Amino acid sequence: MTSIISIENLHKKYTLKHSKSNSSNSFRDEITTQAKNLFNTLKNPNQRKSNSPSDEEFWALNGINLEVKQGERLGIIGRNGAGKSTLLKVISRIIEPSKGRITLRGRVSSLLEVGTGFHPELSGRENIYLNGAILGMSKQEIASKFDEIVEFAEVEKFLDTPVKHYSSGMYVRLAFAVASSLDPEILIIDEVLAVGDARFQKKCLGKMEDASKSGRTILFVSHSMGTIASMCSRVVEISNGRIIADGSPSETILHYYTNGLASPAAITYNERHPGDEYIRFLSGSIKTEKSSTEGVFEIDISEKVIVEMTFEVLQDSEIDFVPNYNCYTADGVCAFYCHDTTKRKLKKGIYVSRCFIPANFLNATTYFVGLAVSSYFPIVRVHFYDESCLSFNVQDPLEGVSTRPDTGIPIPGAVRPYLNWDIRRV
Amino acid sequence: MNSSEKIHVVIEAGRTESTYWKDLWSYRELFFFLTWRDVLVRYKQTVFGVLWALLKPLLTMIVFVFIFGKLAKLPSDGLPYSILVLTGMLPWLFFATAFAEAGNSLVNNRNIISKIYFPRLIVPISSVMVSLLDLFISSLILIPLAIWFGVFPDARILLLPLFVLLAMGAAIGAGLLVASLNVKYRDFGYVLPFVIQFGMYISPVAYSTSILPEKWRLIYALNPMVGVINGFRWCLTGQNTPLYIDTVLVSICVVIVLLFSGIYYFRASEKSFADVI
Repeated sequence: MTSIISIENLHKKYTLKHSKSNSSNSFRDEITTQAKNLFNTLKNPNQRKSNSPSDEEFWALNGINLEVKQGERLGIIGRNGAGKSTLLKVISRIIEPSKGRITLRGRVSSLLEVGTGFHPELSGRENIYLNGAILGMSKQEIASKFDEIVEFAEVEKFLDTPVKHYSSGMYVRLAFAVASSLDPEILIIDEVLAVGDARFQKKCLGKMEDASKSGRTILFVSHSMGTIASMCSRVVEISNGRIIADGSPSETILHYYTNGLASPAAITYNERHPGDEYIRFLSGSIKTEKSSTEGVFEIDISEKVIVEMTFEVLQDSEIDFVPNYNCYTADGVCAFYCHDTTKRKLKKGIYVSRCFIPANFLNATTYFVGLAVSSYFPIVRVHFYDESCLSFNVQDPLEGVSTRPDTGIPIPGAVRPYLNWDIRRV
Repeated sequence: MNSSEKIHVVIEAGRTESTYWKDLWSYRELFFFLTWRDVLVRYKQTVFGVLWALLKPLLTMIVFVFIFGKLAKLPSDGLPYSILVLTGMLPWLFFATAFAEAGNSLVNNRNIISKIYFPRLIVPISSVMVSLLDLFISSLILIPLAIWFGVFPDARILLLPLFVLLAMGAAIGAGLLVASLNVKYRDFGYVLPFVIQFGMYISPVAYSTSILPEKWRLIYALNPMVGVINGFRWCLTGQNTPLYIDTVLVSICVVIVLLFSGIYYFRASEKSFADVI
């Protein structure tokens, strides 16, 4: 299948001006500067005319190559200023590239910000038409989808009220409803799901899922790794205007979190062990019962997860050592903390601790594990703590999963436990 | 809908150039919607709405008739002074609002420009359309005055659209220049009101072109509104009003130059609008 979007060697250059008076976008300053330059040229006519040395070139996009196939839901992640939004703006033709080319084989619509072109004085009805036209719909197209839009946005009663009197929730719902009624082959979305209440977000996700099922290609930029992981079939990471990772959502998100450092399903210290005079940390790994010899990164949601750590007790003492760890999700939420509840006075030697996280307990996302050994008697003390030293990704195959209702939508929560229910008629 | 037709877009540096005028045509619906929006907003936002479009020329006319007609006793080519002023005031106000709207249009619509692609030329041109509607409404004042003074236009009124077009060309040409400059240098917005106020005194709004020495008339006509206003008077006031055809021809040339340089400069700086706005 041919790519619906082909990007070849795309560059976008900005010139940063570092002038002393930083308000260079005023005509007065421009005239002053030109006059100064003229004066300098008259004084030293031999001086070569050059751009102000304080100007600096900045490549917001620096050689992007990307092929997107039809029906792909491509997530784009990266830190602030990495070039994600610039890339989307070039694809949606708002800004021109400095070099390179993009070939698009379909109509593009971008939701770079919901409510673009909404006018506060106009009524909901008028704004639907206006916004639709701005987003590239024809009048007949809007008219044919009008009822659908109104119903989706749930604003029937307020159709003839100026949108300045709308609550922010209604405003966003209406804006998203218009935008999502677009029927392009390529849909570009930038962080729009950060708005609205949870119920509406779910509705939006459902709508986007429908869109991708009907063969539409979606480009999605977000900072919410959870949404990216559940929405996208492929994720690329951009850094300094280049693509530095490209693959499945979990691979790329992991790369994003670890800055591409060593495989974090297992970690071994050969020197510079974390620790103190009592304990030193030797190694840690994430395992399953199937793969109990080496660390695994991808784990099925119905498998037990084993958090293993090896540490050395350096001297005999009266201290009760408590191995423990915490588990963070990719969004930076602490899913849980867990420690060994048996008090053990460990003699000098090397120990392996294993903690078993039950199957059907975690949610489908990437987890980051911080390993530690602490003691709470005679004083509270952390012997070592290696923050986010391990990570693993829980996969939800969508079918035959006991903790998933009969729906494909992403399920929120740091964990998704399988618990007992008791229901009786009263 | 459109899925059956093969859409194939290539984006490259400098590529928008080649498909620009085709794009402009395919985005015509957006042009109508933006015009429709501006009209709706204009007549919704102000309490007086339509009344305002009538009051502004009427009140200005009364003041001018008093100062230039009664106090300064300037000649009026045999017309009632109020008709002389009004036939100058209508095209001038049209030009002034259209020019100001076009000049500020890009900055006013920056949220759309930085988010959506379309040929930017649509924005300043659609903003001129509202002023055109204002012109139609404010022209209604002429009817009772014409009846009162018995000054009726003849068949020459059929040529009036030409002069409206000429005024529009001047407003768009100058507006495009200012609009692009305004994006780059935000303080250009402050220059606009001054230029407009100044322009009113060097245009024959409150007086007749006849008070100027003939040798200066062609230089005077470099202000394109001179030809437009002379044309308006000639079209609207019947037999005896002179056209000053030379000023009209000079104005036409100036408008053409203004329009081309406006479009040229606008097109040259358009690519960077989304970057700097």
